[in-house]
Amino acid sequence: MKNILYIFIGIFFGIILIKSEAASWFRIYEMFQFQSFHMYGIIGSAVGLGVISVAVIKRFNAKNIKGNQIIFSNKERSLFRYLIGGVLFGLGWALSGACPGPMFTLFGAGFLPILISIIGALLGTWAYGLLKDKLPH
Amino acid sequence: MNWILEPWPWYISGPLITLTMLALIYVGKSFGMSSNLRTLCASLGAGKNCDFFSFDWKTQKWNLLVLLGTVIGGFIAVNFLSLENMSPKLNPDTITQLRNLGFMSAGESYLPIELFDNNIFTSFKGVLVLLTGGFLVGFGARYAGGCTSGHAISGLSNLQLPSLIAVIGFFIGGLIMIHLIFPLIF
Repeated sequence: MKNILYIFIGIFFGIILIKSEAASWFRIYEMFQFQSFHMYGIIGSAVGLGVISVAVIKRFNAKNIKGNQIIFSNKERSLFRYLIGGVLFGLGWALSGACPGPMFTLFGAGFLPILISIIGALLGTWAYGLLKDKLPH
Repeated sequence: MNWILEPWPWYISGPLITLTMLALIYVGKSFGMSSNLRTLCASLGAGKNCDFFSFDWKTQKWNLLVLLGTVIGGFIAVNFLSLENMSPKLNPDTITQLRNLGFMSAGESYLPIELFDNNIFTSFKGVLVLLTGGFLVGFGARYAGGCTSGHAISGLSNLQLPSLIAVIGFFIGGLIMIHLIFPLIF
């Protein structure tokens, strides 16, 4: 039953990615050219509502479905890994026009060449795992 | 019901993405897509010679199911919830610029056919572009500890400074690619 719930949430997210055009290579290009408010509106409204939601959850010690208090973990402090990792991610996001979620959604939508990007993303993840201890964090 | 077949405006889509995050928080999980790439590597046996992938990947099965859902969602959105013409209404300046770069399909399709037509499998340059883009996404997401969902949405919603740094990095990288590297490769 829970498994179906996870799949259902994913379906919901996948539909939004296509219908919002956040999975469109063109929209990503346009965003990095600052030629449309569209992508900034999506990310901005998602984050704005997210900030309020998280604050409300914390303020009222909201509980999850299991009855446990919802806890948000803080990210580890660092500068280098976030900045350099972020820049590398951004280079790839603009080139392939897709971040990890949209890659899989586009595959489902029938754009088979995105499989090449998915294979690339798996290879990139694997390469990071192999090099992790040699990289500055 | 016709509006559902049209592209959804940002003020509908953005809050629905927040809802996705909240749904995952409510079921006791968190919103982050790129960790699935690590899980997939682990499930393919990458843990045999690398500690980073030697964990019980089955504990992450829930997120793989979310990922499976996004694949199904893509299928549903295109086949049942869209009009025949899915091309985004881009800024005319964007279309002109892209056509000058050789992307003649700008303004006429959802993705550039110059990169996403099935002919691309036989184009060395096309494969290299998609493969390199994917590689950087995978490598960068793990190095930064998250992607657009984990950092830009989840992390910023929780006011995490590391996520803000990562998102600034995403934009620096994207701007370098579009403004400095695109003119060299397209």
